Amino acid sequence: MQFLASLIDGLLLGFVYGLAAMGLTLIWGVMSVINLAHGAVMALGMFGTYLMFTYLGVNPYLALLGVAGLGLLLGFLMYTVAVHRIINAPHLSSLLATFAVNLIIVGVGTAVFTTSPHNVDFSMGSLSLGRIILPPTRLLAALAAVGFTAALYLFLCFTRPGKAIRAVANNRTAAELMGIPSAQVLALSFGLGTMLAMVAGGLIATFFPFTILSGGPYELKSFVICVLGGLGQPLGALVGGLILGGLEGLIPIFMPVSWVPVVEFGLFVLVLLIRPNGLLGAK
Amino acid sequence: MGMGRRTGFWLPVVIIFFWGLAVLVLQDDTLREKVFTLFMFVGLASSLNLLLGYSGYISFGHIVFFGLGGYSGFYLISQHHWSIYPAMLAGGVLSATLAGLLGLAVLRLRGAYFALATIGINEAARALVGNFGPFGGATGLYVNFATYQQYGGAGKALWLTFILLWLTILIILTVSFMIKDSRFGLGLMAIREDEDAALVMGVGAARLKTLAYMFSAFFPGIIGTLYFFKNGNVEPGDAFQLQMSIEMLVMVMLGGQGTVLGPLLGAVTYQGLRGYLLTSPIFKNLHLAMAGLILLLIILFVPTGGIGWLRERLPRLRKVLE
Repeated sequence: MQFLASLIDGLLLGFVYGLAAMGLTLIWGVMSVINLAHGAVMALGMFGTYLMFTYLGVNPYLALLGVAGLGLLLGFLMYTVAVHRIINAPHLSSLLATFAVNLIIVGVGTAVFTTSPHNVDFSMGSLSLGRIILPPTRLLAALAAVGFTAALYLFLCFTRPGKAIRAVANNRTAAELMGIPSAQVLALSFGLGTMLAMVAGGLIATFFPFTILSGGPYELKSFVICVLGGLGQPLGALVGGLILGGLEGLIPIFMPVSWVPVVEFGLFVLVLLIRPNGLLGAK
Repeated sequence: MGMGRRTGFWLPVVIIFFWGLAVLVLQDDTLREKVFTLFMFVGLASSLNLLLGYSGYISFGHIVFFGLGGYSGFYLISQHHWSIYPAMLAGGVLSATLAGLLGLAVLRLRGAYFALATIGINEAARALVGNFGPFGGATGLYVNFATYQQYGGAGKALWLTFILLWLTILIILTVSFMIKDSRFGLGLMAIREDEDAALVMGVGAARLKTLAYMFSAFFPGIIGTLYFFKNGNVEPGDAFQLQMSIEMLVMVMLGGQGTVLGPLLGAVTYQGLRGYLLTSPIFKNLHLAMAGLILLLIILFVPTGGIGWLRERLPRLRKVLE
């Protein structure tokens, strides 16, 4: 029973991890940039939810919409200021540029919020399914993550801007020749990527305490997930998220919780070595 | 080695030589501590430069080699009563071995994947050392004060560590230059410019990259052992400060990646800047954010760093600035 409860708990969390990783993988897939400010952006999502809930009394799930909007704007800003100039430079530049943005966000965040833990004081009691007891916040978070994923898919498949994103991801030069304004499309993709990260952060804030530095470990998880699912594959990110969430639920049964990062990293290196294109990726 | 290049080699070495000598002559404890920190950063930045500057591969978790090498060296001193000389070499060799093993695994990966792996290395190492019994777990290790007696007391031991660090830095600078001047360095720079083309030209990319990674891990291991020996204790939080990995990067980029003098200039400039930021009332809490801003501005506008900028502007100095 304990086993099943831990597994379900982990899988629900896995949906949220998957959502976060999808933000990272989307940006990679479209412009081959690894957003090292991903974790910091997730932490901003946590604080966004926290501020709206604590000071404005907004329901945390409603606040997510606000957080999503802010995320989109932040992404546009980050792309314009830090990424656009070096989009064609070697990887080193974009890694360092997004990393610098990460430092700026974390640095300012530390000055404003300090590094003491905050939490969204929002409880919905507990939900029991048969003999398994679940916190409903986890269930709602998983549902919200699925909802956002579905919305992203619909957007990418059926709207004009979504199709433009896919075209640019496929071949930027060809897309430009067809009259697609690639700069705007790249900015939009970056915006969507940070939006997903912020929403995932906001969801995590509803059940875990957090600090401005909390993004770091989640960023690492997102990398692991992306590598599991294949960088640049949104659906792979969801599958990778579920695998990681499941593992995270089960590992504490067998060994101390502090070993989780070591196991995750071991898995990461193993996948990179055996199937560098991800479990779902092409050979 | 032409006449001009020789000047390029001597310049950083002479600066560090006289700087260290001046501290030894003045015999001032506060000054020694200040210069120790500075030299440590010069050494770390120059080590990172061997990988980042020459091969274009970025390591976000380079402080791991400082931490792990330092941990192992310190472990040998405090638990097995080794003397500092073999212990510091052991720290370096262990770091290099680890880098070699990691390198064989992750350096097959190209640029971005490798960068991701190095971020993971930092986190995993922190968790591993915190959980690993012989290294003292989360509380760390201490040396018995009596250990310092064999060096003629704690005061003498501090001076000895300073001298050892000074010599290490001189060796690092020499090695930096020798690599840059060699066939090995040429191969690395070919990889940096275009790895596919380098492969086609017969550069053994995987082997060279791993070797560069090992070199760049060897020296931080030595510096780590010296640093913790000086402090008398070591704990995971102190050994694996992610922040220091970042600051090393900023220093290399600030001074100029791929040059010998650049990391030296970058480390000195950044330390000066940090000293100002940490004491100024406005920027005290924002020093990490300022480091980020500096880094961003460099990447966007002066991607070759201070020395690179000078070399572009003043072609005549190209012979002197390596």
